[in-house]
Amino acid sequence: MTLLELDNIVVEFPTRRGPLEAVKGLSLELNEGQILGLVGESGAGKSITGAAITGLIEPPGLIRSGQVRLRGQRIDNLAPEKMRRIRGKEIGAIFQDPLTSLNPVYTVGEQLIDTMRVHLGLDHKAARKRAIDWLAEVGIPAPEARLDQYPHQFSGGMRQRVVIALALCAEPKLIIADEPTTALDVSVQAQILALLKRLCRENGTAVILVTHDMGVIAETADRVAVMYAGRLVEIGDVAQVIQDPLHPYTKGLMNSIPQIGNRDARLTQIEGAMPGLRNPAPGCAFAPRCPQAIDTCRTLRPIPVDAGSGQVACHLFGEAQ
Amino acid sequence: MFAFLLRRIVQAALVMLVVASIAFLMFRFLGDPISNLLPEDATVEERADLREKIGLNDPFVVQYGRFITNAAQGDFGQSYRNNRPVSDLLAERFPATAELVLVAASLALALGIPLGIYTALNPRGWISQGLQVVSLLGISVPTFVTGILLILLFSVTLGWLPSFGRGEVVDLGGWTTGFLTLSGLKALILPSIMLALFQMTLIMRLVRAEMLEVLRADYIKFARARGMPNRMLHFKYALKNTLIPVMTIFGLQLGGLIAFAIITETVFQWPGMGFLFIQAVNFSDVPVMAAYLVLVSFLFVVINTIVDLLYHVVDPRLRVEKSTARGV
Ligand SMILES: Nc1ncnc2c1ncn2[C@@H]1O[C@H](COP(=O)(O)OP(=O)(O)OP(=O)(O)O)[C@@H](O)[C@H]1O
Ligand SMILES: [Mg+2]
Repeated sequence: MTLLELDNIVVEFPTRRGPLEAVKGLSLELNEGQILGLVGESGAGKSITGAAITGLIEPPGLIRSGQVRLRGQRIDNLAPEKMRRIRGKEIGAIFQDPLTSLNPVYTVGEQLIDTMRVHLGLDHKAARKRAIDWLAEVGIPAPEARLDQYPHQFSGGMRQRVVIALALCAEPKLIIADEPTTALDVSVQAQILALLKRLCRENGTAVILVTHDMGVIAETADRVAVMYAGRLVEIGDVAQVIQDPLHPYTKGLMNSIPQIGNRDARLTQIEGAMPGLRNPAPGCAFAPRCPQAIDTCRTLRPIPVDAGSGQVACHLFGEAQ
Repeated sequence: MFAFLLRRIVQAALVMLVVASIAFLMFRFLGDPISNLLPEDATVEERADLREKIGLNDPFVVQYGRFITNAAQGDFGQSYRNNRPVSDLLAERFPATAELVLVAASLALALGIPLGIYTALNPRGWISQGLQVVSLLGISVPTFVTGILLILLFSVTLGWLPSFGRGEVVDLGGWTTGFLTLSGLKALILPSIMLALFQMTLIMRLVRAEMLEVLRADYIKFARARGMPNRMLHFKYALKNTLIPVMTIFGLQLGGLIAFAIITETVFQWPGMGFLFIQAVNFSDVPVMAAYLVLVSFLFVVINTIVDLLYHVVDPRLRVEKSTARGV
């Protein structure tokens, strides 16, 4: 069943030199319990897409047009207080840096308990009991003693486990995990991802996993969406996109899938750089870097068409059909 | 924790020793005490006698040792001006200064913190912008100017509040308080406003800056992403992180308040230690000056040490010893 739909989302930041579109009309669907990998170069708009879903785009930025629907209900135009109730309870978020994501002056227990009391209406005692269960669930040894400790008393990997517990404790149906392991030690990354995957599978939680790491995607995701310069260029099942990518940009990305956790193998294999978001040229944003570009690519913007196990936005592909 | 406490106390003792030495040097270099103690027409023999009697002929080290020993017991000798023990004079004046500083500090905190929070949470509102401008004035206008303007408006023009003195005071076993009479309370208003104004604007701006910083922190973003209500986000998660650094600065400022009270007490003829000190300076009353210096430094050191300890209690990151003992 469809959990989340993005319908032609445009996210705009007013700047001194005129509006800047960070996301330029993005549509995608996510089913319940599905894990979607969201990849793309730095600045492609991945984090902003996540922020658009949770309603946390920093003003003066705004969703200029399009809709975000959760189980068919629009959530992009809700009153702040209504949206707040959805955050944490329906849509959770995990950020990049576990070291700074936890409040340094409150115990991890207090932060867990507060979150559950806000969303689940538990009393303090019940919330405390659940908090201990959650710490155990995310693999923290001696959870009862650990509950009353402060974040600085945990290692980086342990803190990210706490962050996962915090994001999941109100049992959301969707988690947006924005590079949840980038800041961690290579040896810990795989463990954390395996934990996240296991918990989400068990609870039927869908995940949008933002990452630079194709290895992580191959290991964790069901589907992959590839973003380029604020647009979706390809979306499909993970096996198809990795083994048989359709878009030339995706092909470039897949040229060498690094092993999981290999930091050096960032998405930099393609010559050139992503164009600025301001004053985009007509045509396909990837055309200047595309080894297969034809004349049409420089004048006409490709629209996503059904292909393979999903969609692709590329003239070449349309012609090949 | 114990080792930390011990270290702080040793540091504090060293600071006090240095201050006492400076005070001692004041005696040696600021005029001859004999000419202050005896009438103009005293004979040479009389002078020599007194010199011997109060130990000015003893070796330097002996004099220094005696001064430090006495000072440690709160004995700073006789005032040159009115021949009373300096400790008595200070004890008499201490309540006036203490009450003034207490009221000013409370005022500065009670207004500065809420205003700082308000301006941080509504940074674009016109009230906030107005407060920012006013606070800039509060920081840049010298305090004696504000004091004189206050007197001009509320004492001279409107005639609502007294412009000098403490009003009627009640003696509570050696502690004279102005809190218990109407005239005492009225007399406190203008001086404490003058003394508080600078600190209040400072605290307000500090709270604002810290809070804006904290509100941008990742842990606040993550808490917001978990749907924590704004009330909890602002007044629980952000506020404690904001107030920890503010507390330290305020602790340092509290010592500053005692020192700044000199100006306020002079403008309002407030019978506190600062006013006593200014009078002592005019008469080269070295024992009073030395004692004031030592006492104010002592208060500074005590307050700073307490603030440091509090800092360790409030900020869990600094409770290192405890955490390793408890760690799993
Ligand atoms: N507050 C803002 N004001 C103006 N522009 C912004 C703002 N936040 C983001 N942008 C722009 O939006 C674009 C997309 O940013 P986003 O953070 O989504 O990239 P990303 O794909 O997550 O990159 P990364 O992999 O580096 O995290 C960037 O080019 C950035 O310049
Ligand atoms: Mg990002």
